[in-house]
Amino acid sequence: MSESQHPVKNMINWIDARLPVTETYEKHMSKYYAPKNTNFWYLMGVLATVVLVNQLLTGIWLTMSYIPTADGAFASIEYIMRDVNFGWILRYMHSTGASAFFLVVYLHMFRGLMYGSYQKPRELLWILGMLIFVALMAEGFLGYLLPWGNMSFWAGQVIVSLAGAVPIVGDSLATWVRGDFNISGITLNRFFALHVVLVPMLLLALVFLHIVALHEVGSNNPDGIDIKKNLDDKGKPLDGIPFHPYLTLGHDLPAIVAFCFFFAIVMFYFPDGGGYLIEAPNYEMANPLKTPDLIAPVWYYTPFYSMLRAATFPFLGLDAKFWGLVVMAGAIVLPAVLPWLDRSKVKSIRYKGTASKLFLAIFVVAFFVLGYLGVQHPTPLKTFLAQICTAIYFAYFLLMPWYTSVERTKLVPERIPMK
Amino acid sequence: MRGVVLTFLLFSSHLYGAGSSSYPLDDVSPDLTDKESLQRGARTFVNYCMGCHEMKYQRFQRVADDLGIPEEAMMSNLVFDPSKKLGAHMSNSMSVSNAKQWFGNVPPDLTLYTKLKGGPEYFYTYMRTFYEDPSRPFGVNNLLYKNVGMPHPLVHLQGIQKKVCKDIPKIAKNGGEMREAITGHPLLENKCGDELVNRGVSPLELVENSGELSIEEYDSLIYDLTNFLYYSGDPSRLERQRIGGFVLLFLAFFYVFAWLLGREYTKEIH
Repeated sequence: MSESQHPVKNMINWIDARLPVTETYEKHMSKYYAPKNTNFWYLMGVLATVVLVNQLLTGIWLTMSYIPTADGAFASIEYIMRDVNFGWILRYMHSTGASAFFLVVYLHMFRGLMYGSYQKPRELLWILGMLIFVALMAEGFLGYLLPWGNMSFWAGQVIVSLAGAVPIVGDSLATWVRGDFNISGITLNRFFALHVVLVPMLLLALVFLHIVALHEVGSNNPDGIDIKKNLDDKGKPLDGIPFHPYLTLGHDLPAIVAFCFFFAIVMFYFPDGGGYLIEAPNYEMANPLKTPDLIAPVWYYTPFYSMLRAATFPFLGLDAKFWGLVVMAGAIVLPAVLPWLDRSKVKSIRYKGTASKLFLAIFVVAFFVLGYLGVQHPTPLKTFLAQICTAIYFAYFLLMPWYTSVERTKLVPERIPMK
Repeated sequence: MRGVVLTFLLFSSHLYGAGSSSYPLDDVSPDLTDKESLQRGARTFVNYCMGCHEMKYQRFQRVADDLGIPEEAMMSNLVFDPSKKLGAHMSNSMSVSNAKQWFGNVPPDLTLYTKLKGGPEYFYTYMRTFYEDPSRPFGVNNLLYKNVGMPHPLVHLQGIQKKVCKDIPKIAKNGGEMREAITGHPLLENKCGDELVNRGVSPLELVENSGELSIEEYDSLIYDLTNFLYYSGDPSRLERQRIGGFVLLFLAFFYVFAWLLGREYTKEIH
């Protein structure tokens, strides 16, 4: 049988003439060249994809048994946990997945900061990533209300009421968001719609664009060396390796399995995460008359929540709460303009100067401290500490044009050095 | 703006309920493999708690299956309402209006109570720290839940506990117990209430022979009840841990081969 008559080959040719399957596969997998020196930090993207798929799949099955009403929501979660066959697996996969999502996304973003992955020509890639981050925060917040536990209710109450801090239109805005004068079944219903339809669609679209943009400009690497500058006579990057199979099977598969292992430890043995993944007050149905002793968001929001609370004094005739909102929103949005704040000639922290290293280090410390303070009762000392850390957070970004342009950088080699 | 102010006010204050207390919790280690203890706990629950407290997310059937109770025994000994089927939820017939009239509030559902309290220790301690207090409507108060709104349902079993002052060793400035120079006997002082609690001594004393059970028997009864509540908080716990073991074994096994495959590809990268 000659090759042209092979039925499978014929089928592929037939499809390729109508839909560019082989071309797309080659462009994005077998002939997409990634730098050969990527390390641990470059696994977070694929892990985020794995968690995204986990959230989508478990979410679909949870939706089959969940009831989005004020009367039925809480009981339907217990119905899933007790009466649905293996419903507890679905629920814990979803609740653990939410935390895992933020964990890998934070590490993914940190990688970007460390190796300057936002620099030219990856500005749009970075901005799309920031949009994903904002959509993810929205998705997490909307989903947190759905179990209709008491912490769900009060966290929703506090965050939605932030809209009320906007001058003049604040109260109307908060009412508009809730669809009611208080968090109620109406709010729950619309949050459900947004959580399972709108935001996931948005997330998928953004993730798609993020990957298209990545494959257009190519992956950065720990040395920040542009591998497209050194091509062989066939036009392949000398320091690049085909994404499939070298990275997919060589790096990603073992990493995914290892990740699932740790995920399973948490999910099967510590699904509540000591009250940090599922908070104790959420084992009681939402009660507008009973405030939990301490209203704290889930761990992945706590750094930003600390910054919200750090604004304690009125300014320009506007309420402290309003400035808290501005500070928090600023902290979330500011990283998006990083590509224009970093004036360094080099990308990676490996070749940047002492100032960049120092600023990144104290930025990370401040971020952790803010995260810790977010789950603590505020005291004058803790609030002061949160204010200092907020200042450090902003200084890292706002002083970047200065410290990246004055510091001495190391010479970046032409080719990727291999041990 | 008013909404924000209100929310932040609520934030910083405890509007609802008496209750928060710094009384130290006693350690307790539930044992879900002890089916007999769980069965005894279930019996105590339906006999003494369920008149007021529901377990409305849990079904009789599930309890029977998980605790190894034959269906007939379950129906004749633990399901008191003849209209209820085995698959029914463990709810009671107390109306909300009656509950509010009698207790000021609806007694909390106990299905998830140990999870709500962050572990079984709270319930275990709470059930053992009722004491006589004539100033309260039901004649009892609780060390853990100050001015509690419920009667002590097991008082005839435990007996009456009274809040007393006790003689405890004096503490010297260096932190050691003070003793008489010659005899070596500890120097005692009379302390009450929180001062005893701070020294790790219970301020309660059981009136002798006021209850049907000894202290050990009562503690063991409460242990079984706590065990049952701990079970009901997440009835699939044992199953979860069992399946988790297989999942981890599989992933560990898979990892070895994924790593070996990965190594073959990595070898080719120079």
